[in-house]
Amino acid sequence: MSHHIVELKHVCFAYPDGTEALKGVTFRIVHGESVGLAGTNGAGKTTLLLNLNGHLIPTRGEIAIGEVPLSKKTRQEIRRKVGFVFQRSDDQLFMPTVYEDVAFGPINLGLNEDKVEERVRNALEMVSCLQLRNRPPHRLSEGQKRSVAIATVMAMEPDILVMDEPASNLDPRSRRQLINLLKGFGHTKIVASHDLDLILDVCERCIIIKDGKVVADGPSEELLLNKALLEENNLELPLSRQCLQAIQPF
Amino acid sequence: MTFDREYFNIGYLDSLSYKNSFVHALDPRVKILVSFAFILFVVSLPKYELSALTPFFIYPVFLLTAGGIPFNAIAKKVLFISPFAVFIGIFNPLLDTAVVMQVFSWSVSGGWISFFSIIVKFILTVSTALLLIAVTSFPGICESLERLRLPKIFVIQLLFLYRYLFVLLQESLTMIRAREARSFGKKGREIKTFIRLISVLLIRSVERAERIYQAMVSRGFRGEIRVMKKHKLGYYDILFAAISITMFYFFRNYDVVNFIGSGLSRAFR
Repeated sequence: MSHHIVELKHVCFAYPDGTEALKGVTFRIVHGESVGLAGTNGAGKTTLLLNLNGHLIPTRGEIAIGEVPLSKKTRQEIRRKVGFVFQRSDDQLFMPTVYEDVAFGPINLGLNEDKVEERVRNALEMVSCLQLRNRPPHRLSEGQKRSVAIATVMAMEPDILVMDEPASNLDPRSRRQLINLLKGFGHTKIVASHDLDLILDVCERCIIIKDGKVVADGPSEELLLNKALLEENNLELPLSRQCLQAIQPF
Repeated sequence: MTFDREYFNIGYLDSLSYKNSFVHALDPRVKILVSFAFILFVVSLPKYELSALTPFFIYPVFLLTAGGIPFNAIAKKVLFISPFAVFIGIFNPLLDTAVVMQVFSWSVSGGWISFFSIIVKFILTVSTALLLIAVTSFPGICESLERLRLPKIFVIQLLFLYRYLFVLLQESLTMIRAREARSFGKKGREIKTFIRLISVLLIRSVERAERIYQAMVSRGFRGEIRVMKKHKLGYYDILFAAISITMFYFFRNYDVVNFIGSGLSRAFR
């Protein structure tokens, strides 16, 4: 399958108040690739992701998801392909129980009851949260909420997985579980984060953005070890690499 | 901290509804209808009726014991709202002074009887309503309200109210704590800060609403929430409804207390 391609051409976006968040972003992501979006707070990561799903429509430039150009008309179709995991799980989980929340997407896709049941079960098993299915979201821990939020998206079986800061507010163990989970997915993945260790672990490719522009695009191993480049963009070497360098300076 | 306590209180009644028991497992529709019938039967009794009300206590007591709900949790809440009922009836003893009964040397006026009748009716109906919520999860109530043909838009409002009540309370709690941490027990500018807190809370809620809407839309929301139907009307549900409503009917139309009393005194003679 070669149609899960994400292509951005000179995408610009300005908020109604005049803030220019994206100033000509261009990249192409092919099927099965997992890409990390790195950048400081306010660099435009979240705006970029919201554009990918049609919540925001670029003021200039073009976005094509699987060769379908994004517009107001096609955004419903595109949302079926792009699964979006939001930064805050409390925003993502809006139904009264975990089960109903995971079922929300599949029901809206028009699946029948058995099929919905099967999807929900599979998705919850994937994130090992099946035992939580009758719990209300406000009684879950932050890590559990995050896993369930991922399940709600996986239940729609999207082609492309988009995540905004998936590891924020997680304890080390939940974070590690999340990383292993993400590694297990064969989807095209776009992960925005300033947790560079996570990007290094999960994504083979990394795009660094600063002030709404792409400043570097290449293999994670290369970019995230380039101390000068990272510091120029107000980032730091991933912790794991800092340790390595401390042991064996080169 | 009163706010902290109230917050955990609300959570407590909610957590009770996720227990497992016979009454928790009943179809919420049946529980709603039976409780509604119960309230109608209780309210329909005439105003001087006191003894005929007593057998009705069997229903809330049944919900309480079979559902494993702590008595104190409900009693406290009933007590908390009781002033309303007391004030409704408080002038009855003054206005209605006709003596209707002699208890030993006291003459009891009709006013006192109707006053206590109001109090007992209040305890019965309010405790039943609270117990209904304690033994039925809120989503369960919403689901059955929808299936009882309440307009969908109201049901969705209720669902969101329930879901984000806790989030909003949590947010207010953290804001109140943050304010307290830096106000060192000072008063004075309290109202001003309070107004600002409220306005920030409003803005945050609006922003959150926007994010929630985005999350809903990205999962295919187009103006309608379709809820999965989980409960099926079972044999036990029908049995429960039939027995309870027949019992209420007998309590309402026959003098059950007198019957039991005379039966007992005959047995002991």
